[in-house]
Amino acid sequence: MSESNRQPIERRQFDTLIIGAGGGGLRASLQLAEADLSVAVVSKVFPTRSHTVAAQGGMNAALANVGPDNWHWHMFDTVKGSDYLGDQDAIEYMCRTAPKAVYELEHFGVPFSRLDNGKIYQRAFGGQSQNFGGDQAARTCAAADRTGHAILHSLYQQNIRAKTHFFDEYFAVDLLQGDEGQVLGALVFNINDGSIIVIEARTTLIATGGAGQIFKTTTNALINTGDGMGMAMRAGIPLQDMEFYQFHPTGIAGRGMLITEGARGEGGYLVNADGERMMERYAPKAKDLASRDVVSRAIAIEVREGRGCGPKKDHVMLKLDHLGEEVIQKRLPGIRQTCITFLGIDPAEAPIPVFPTAHYTMGGIPTNRHGQVVVPVKDTPEEPVAGLYAAGECACVSVHGGNRLGGNSLLDILVFGRAAANHIIEYLKENKYHQQIDDAAINKVVDKVRRYDKPGTGKETVAGLRDELKQVMEEHCSVFRNKEILNQGVDKIERLAERMKDLSIDDQSYTFNTAKVEAFELENLMAVALATIHSANAREESRGAHSRTDFTERDDIAWMRHSLYSFENGLDYKPVRTKPISVESFPPKPRVY
Amino acid sequence: MKFKIYRYNPETDKKPYVQDYELDKVEPGTMLLAALLRIKDEQDQTLSFRRSCGEGVCGSDGMNINGTNGLACVTSLDSLKQPVEIRPLPGLPVIRDLIIDMEQFYKQYRAVKPYLVVNDPMPEVELLQTPEQREKLDGLYECVLCACCSTSCPSFWWNPDKFLGPAALLQASRFIEDSRDQDFEKRLEDLEGPFKLFRCHTIMNCVNVCPKGLNPTKAIGRIKNKMVSRSL
Repeated sequence: MSESNRQPIERRQFDTLIIGAGGGGLRASLQLAEADLSVAVVSKVFPTRSHTVAAQGGMNAALANVGPDNWHWHMFDTVKGSDYLGDQDAIEYMCRTAPKAVYELEHFGVPFSRLDNGKIYQRAFGGQSQNFGGDQAARTCAAADRTGHAILHSLYQQNIRAKTHFFDEYFAVDLLQGDEGQVLGALVFNINDGSIIVIEARTTLIATGGAGQIFKTTTNALINTGDGMGMAMRAGIPLQDMEFYQFHPTGIAGRGMLITEGARGEGGYLVNADGERMMERYAPKAKDLASRDVVSRAIAIEVREGRGCGPKKDHVMLKLDHLGEEVIQKRLPGIRQTCITFLGIDPAEAPIPVFPTAHYTMGGIPTNRHGQVVVPVKDTPEEPVAGLYAAGECACVSVHGGNRLGGNSLLDILVFGRAAANHIIEYLKENKYHQQIDDAAINKVVDKVRRYDKPGTGKETVAGLRDELKQVMEEHCSVFRNKEILNQGVDKIERLAERMKDLSIDDQSYTFNTAKVEAFELENLMAVALATIHSANAREESRGAHSRTDFTERDDIAWMRHSLYSFENGLDYKPVRTKPISVESFPPKPRVY
Repeated sequence: MKFKIYRYNPETDKKPYVQDYELDKVEPGTMLLAALLRIKDEQDQTLSFRRSCGEGVCGSDGMNINGTNGLACVTSLDSLKQPVEIRPLPGLPVIRDLIIDMEQFYKQYRAVKPYLVVNDPMPEVELLQTPEQREKLDGLYECVLCACCSTSCPSFWWNPDKFLGPAALLQASRFIEDSRDQDFEKRLEDLEGPFKLFRCHTIMNCVNVCPKGLNPTKAIGRIKNKMVSRSL
């Protein structure tokens, strides 16, 4: 096996390199493969293991299958949900494209649940309204509570048909760049045998998903380590709005498994220790279907004020049993099974203990609505980086702003995976040739990979540093934040990052070396954690998911702007794109549900 | 808590061996995956296995646990006899420790053309499907491709290149049953012959091990019935 490592480094050429095989990556690869381009999809896991598979509740699109609806209402809800930090051109594009994106998926074979008239089933979800803030809308297209699974598998299947070229279980280490910062591909290694490959590509799309593993308790899979975000930062690209991290109101308390918002969409509700339907106090109109940031804060306050449930009074209860076993089995079979497996509780009989749990990275690699990665250059806040695209949770386009609406995540990956692919097709027409990649650029990354071929002398372990990092982020960057807690958090994460140089691993094999993979993942987690806590520390207001107990109000004059954090320049800011494509802008208003 | 775990690294080991591990302070309700992660983090970084979602949705951590295939993340240690014996899924080549080479399994999956085929022009909206038609896909579409079923099937062990195996056949059924699919005849035709489908001897191991509670044997039976009624 080690023979292959003595061979010269292999080089492969593709029109497009896609890093990540979740919904965003696979939607893009399908579009490109069908346009007769050569596409390489590199994924550290077999595609259907990607975290899109775990999405439950559904995907928003104003199909109006259940009641009146239109994309403009969806746009209003998304702008309001974002606490006016979302970019309105991107939001308009997403909401307008949503129905098409859903119909395409249906044509790809996604087994959506159905209404009696044969159309796609849509359920109520948080933060959705008719007529710009009126009655609750039912906009979330669902395949029971396994919508992500249904979508990811169907997309992978379509890629099998389209004969997309997959590099399964390859780990992308770093982007390879030319002198002017243009991206020319990436260096990856085959996890199976440790061999290194340079993938030369005229365009590269990062679609690596979120970074929930920076927190101790998370709904996210172990693979969600922010690899693309780390890669981007090391390529000198800032991360945008990283202080906005979503805590899902209903993770299983203490364990983290996700209980879909669809549970409340189907009629479930939260109760505190007094048996009170608590959300009526926090959101008189939307109640349990207020935005996620609102519901998460409400639960945290109930617990803080002593109305939590259980012996430690550290959670609240999600009640579903009144829905009846039939509805639960038909609409929520997956979470029912999860509760039985992990809690020994059948939600058809007893309530589920829940608490806000780290769930979604609203921030990420800054892009425009075509998926092009954009960075500030002199007086231009958003100059495209040649050859580089990003889509999905790793990107910040920004359609979610300060708080993402449930059901908008699957929508985001599909709309912008597709949009990025469409722009790539045009870009490739103008940029016909691969550029030579400098040996020096390659060797730098090769050295980094080879570092782990010999036993190290450093005393730090991956598990040790990772556990500390997750603990610090949990304690210092959670639902409620203040200056003192954040300052301490910044110090702690900076000190942890310092200790990375003393990291070594005990496994020097070339064959499926998961210890080595985890070491690279830790480097990415550390970068994301730094960006997150620095950005949170600097933003002195409360907006969306970023709640400061020392700055409790939203401050549109000083802070209606995007944060950018980079290794080189620390914090920087750029304006929100408040101008939509074709409709009037939604000006900031107080946000009540 | 005691574990006996299959170890093999082709770079250093002439043949596989079993290594003992012990964990203290294991709380009730702990899943096997959490124990394996603790062993890797606290005792032995070289212990290798696949894992991701930790809740039985991604299908990464299929392994043979006390003689039965299952997903480590949804197998409670409370239910297991000690020492817990863990081996890779049987019947496919081992890459290292608990990691098997799944290419043969994926190849059979691809062989059933697991994608919707619609020849008619697509409408500008969704293809219609009644709730009853959609219900036929329940128990078929939820497969997570963990390979617990196919690697528990003697027919698959003996002919992994000729018999498609329960996972691929479940997938075949998922498209045969889909009211939207227009490749029905061809799909049935492709499954003819002595091996692809008919090597299933209804041993039912697949049903017993499926961590999602699916029933490939029943799906295979449904395909057989359709073949029979088609030939009449």
